[in-house]
Amino acid sequence: MPDALLEASLVSVAYGKVRAVQEVSLRVAPGTVVSVIGANGAGKTTLLCALMGLLPCTGGVRYAGEDVRELTTERRVARGLSLVAERRELFGSMSVHDNLLLGAFHRRRDPATHADLEAVFERFPRLRERHRQQASTLSGGERQMLALGRALMARPRLLMLDEPSLGLAPLIVHEIFRIVRELKDNGVSILLVEQNARAALQIADYGYVLETGAMALEGPARELEHDPRVVETYLGLGGKEDRERRTRGHGGVDRAGS
Amino acid sequence: MSFDIALFLTQDGLTNGAIYALMALALVLVFAVTRVIFVPQGEFLAYGALTLASLEAGKLPGTIWLLLALGILAFLFDLPGLLRQRRARAALQSATWNLAVPLLIAALVYVMATEQTARPVQIALTCALVVPLGPLLYRVAYQPIADAPVLVLLIVSVALHFALSGLGLLLFGAEGVRTAPFSDASFTAGALVVSGQSLWVYACSVVLMALLYLFFDRTLYGKALRATAVNRIGARLSGISTVFAGRASFLLAASIGVFSGVLIAPITTIYYDTGFLVGLKGFVGAIIGGLISYPLAAAGALLVGLLESFASFYASAFKEVIVFTLIIPVLLWLSLRTHHDEEEE
Repeated sequence: MPDALLEASLVSVAYGKVRAVQEVSLRVAPGTVVSVIGANGAGKTTLLCALMGLLPCTGGVRYAGEDVRELTTERRVARGLSLVAERRELFGSMSVHDNLLLGAFHRRRDPATHADLEAVFERFPRLRERHRQQASTLSGGERQMLALGRALMARPRLLMLDEPSLGLAPLIVHEIFRIVRELKDNGVSILLVEQNARAALQIADYGYVLETGAMALEGPARELEHDPRVVETYLGLGGKEDRERRTRGHGGVDRAGS
Repeated sequence: MSFDIALFLTQDGLTNGAIYALMALALVLVFAVTRVIFVPQGEFLAYGALTLASLEAGKLPGTIWLLLALGILAFLFDLPGLLRQRRARAALQSATWNLAVPLLIAALVYVMATEQTARPVQIALTCALVVPLGPLLYRVAYQPIADAPVLVLLIVSVALHFALSGLGLLLFGAEGVRTAPFSDASFTAGALVVSGQSLWVYACSVVLMALLYLFFDRTLYGKALRATAVNRIGARLSGISTVFAGRASFLLAASIGVFSGVLIAPITTIYYDTGFLVGLKGFVGAIIGGLISYPLAAAGALLVGLLESFASFYASAFKEVIVFTLIIPVLLWLSLRTHHDEEEE
């Protein structure tokens, strides 16, 4: 196996006494898309925040051969690690243009940022149309595009996406996944966290299943797609009766990924 | 009250109000970026005025020792991290900014203090001595607890205020100072006499505010500070370091404070503890702006200046009481107008 770009080993995160993520290990090989699927509250966002340095964690986090656990979030961004957070975390009262510009803050002396800004506008024409508007006035899909664009301005080598499809219309979700595929073709490695398991596994090379804070399953995405446990719980391929039976089986909690 | 008196009071109120407005802007800036209510903001005004007065008198200002001591302290704070990380560049940076630069400034002041120097040189030396105290204080007092709740940060601010005001007494003594005015000119318009120094205060405040506006609106660094104020997590994800933002905002706040001190020292007698009251009046102005809006904070501070001026005419014994009572209706109004959203923590 080639050297991993990102390697987490036995990472645990606790909120007070509650352990939200327990001894999770994962690796992202260069140039691949890795998906982490799991139900709401499985600890997916917590895991990403820990990898990004927004939350303290125990265990090892290596990025590009370097132990990054001591590094601040900002330093990790400068190293080429970017996160598009679930809540987008935009600068609401600032213009779309300024939001994008600030994405390249760590390479502010690099003259290529202007070309990159142009490339982002090229990729998201909607953002160009609205570049003077305040970020808070954008629609949900535009916000996601802005968050993606801002992350791209940092020129990431590894882009982590937290629920990029959450709350978006199918057409926009399709568009977002198309862009993820494009980025992969451009050599950007991607760690994708999704409840939309079907789309996430389709696009991925490798997949992990996170359940109540621990890794339940892992494997090449093609295999996971057909793994009965994944099909059963996350893909919901079975008919309607099947789903109802499963719902009862889980004590009334429908865990089928929606 | 005759029209002339009203005019005079207005002019007096606006002069003080301009200084309060600068204080208010600094307070809003520091709070927005770091969530620190910077109680010692006024101390920078006092230190600026007192340092300038020392230089004017050809004495060595006590601030020189404070700068060196804080620099060494900040370096010691950096040391454990530097030893752990073993990065030569970081070590060099820390040594440069905490040890070499203060030492250089101190040496420069040491040599120039007893010389007869021109006014602008004295002001430049004052800035060089006092402004670095801002980022150094941030490093020592706030950076280690940057994620603490607002209340903890406020308590640290109060402690810092007492420490700085005590140090002010130690370094400068108890006597008040008044520096020479920038210009002796005065202008007469009807019954109103406007001193040249008041005009300096107006002009400099307006220029400083315009510069601040341009900084926040046009430069990437200014935008980065605004971004940190708007969304701390978003800023970190964009690679804007909270440490950088904190130091930059304290640098700006200290600059504004020192500059205000230099402006007001020829008009008012400044004692080692004068800064606190001035800062507090700026704070009332900032509260009127809800601690978020720069224009409202500046307007509020002007209002405080005017109110104080008229209050001192009608009921001089209650001047401060009237000014600080203003905060109650303002808080009531703010609490009725805004939805109470719990602070993110």
